[in-house]
Amino acid sequence: MAYPLQLGFQDATSPIMEELLHFHDHTLMIVFLISSLVLYIITLMLTTKLTHTSTMDAQEVETIWTILPAIILILIALPSLRILYMMDEVNNPSLTVKTMGHQWYWSYEYTDYEDLNFDSYMIPTSDLKPGELRLLEVDNRVVLPMEMTIRMLVSSEDVLHSWAVPSLGLKTDAIPGRLNQTTLMSTRPGLFYGQCSEICGSNHSFMPIVLELVPLENFEKWSTSML
Amino acid sequence: MLGIDCPKPCKERWPTPPFDPRFPKQNQTRNCYQILDYHPCVKRMNRRGKSTQPCEYYFCVFHALCPMSWVQRWTEIKDGTFAGKI
Repeated sequence: MAYPLQLGFQDATSPIMEELLHFHDHTLMIVFLISSLVLYIITLMLTTKLTHTSTMDAQEVETIWTILPAIILILIALPSLRILYMMDEVNNPSLTVKTMGHQWYWSYEYTDYEDLNFDSYMIPTSDLKPGELRLLEVDNRVVLPMEMTIRMLVSSEDVLHSWAVPSLGLKTDAIPGRLNQTTLMSTRPGLFYGQCSEICGSNHSFMPIVLELVPLENFEKWSTSML
Repeated sequence: MLGIDCPKPCKERWPTPPFDPRFPKQNQTRNCYQILDYHPCVKRMNRRGKSTQPCEYYFCVFHALCPMSWVQRWTEIKDGTFAGKI
């Protein structure tokens, strides 16, 4: 989850998020290089006593600083499109879970076999146990099997919400009357936190999401115990 | 009007709906509306005096995909105002 004074992304838990992290590193490096070059040139311009007042012809440098940025943009666009298409790859999920946004909590439905559904409210700060995370813990976590492709269907019962889990690279809008699909695949077990990402009223900041990724046998035991 | 007699064969035969190439993108609302396939299927089979077992696939798909509140709302519509053609 997020930690104080964090600068970068959270550690990736899904293959797509790993790709996004590497892409961000690649693009940010380009941005830093260009910015430092420009800053250096500005410094040179401001710290010289030399002057030149006649107009010049500069065809060669004009050509270079047109072609080179075009090449840089292509070098950014190609990995970007690769990841975009990777996100839309066809996969056959092993499980379908529905999540409905409400003011101000999420509810989850597992209806592939039996009808299992429950609400997930934030734990108020006054009720937190020592070591628990403020504004992030919930009473009923979303337990899911790890290393399996899961189809998440996101919708809303009232206003717009957005179901986001940064470490899995997920953010899907919850729109009333519409069913949005996203695919979830975690490479490791653990607890992964997210928060509602679309303004939805006074308690928009107080409806977090907690995914508990566990091995398949534990998931099966949990779902049996919840019925 | 939409009294759903709940067959429950889904567990054994179809764990979860597979990828449907008719709905390849993010918006799966129409995929859920396969309730519109289930009821005409049941009606046709009943009219022909055949078993409705082949229609159960459509039931499993919309049961897995549609939010429970939507199914409940459609089930409660008693006065024929359901928006789709059943």
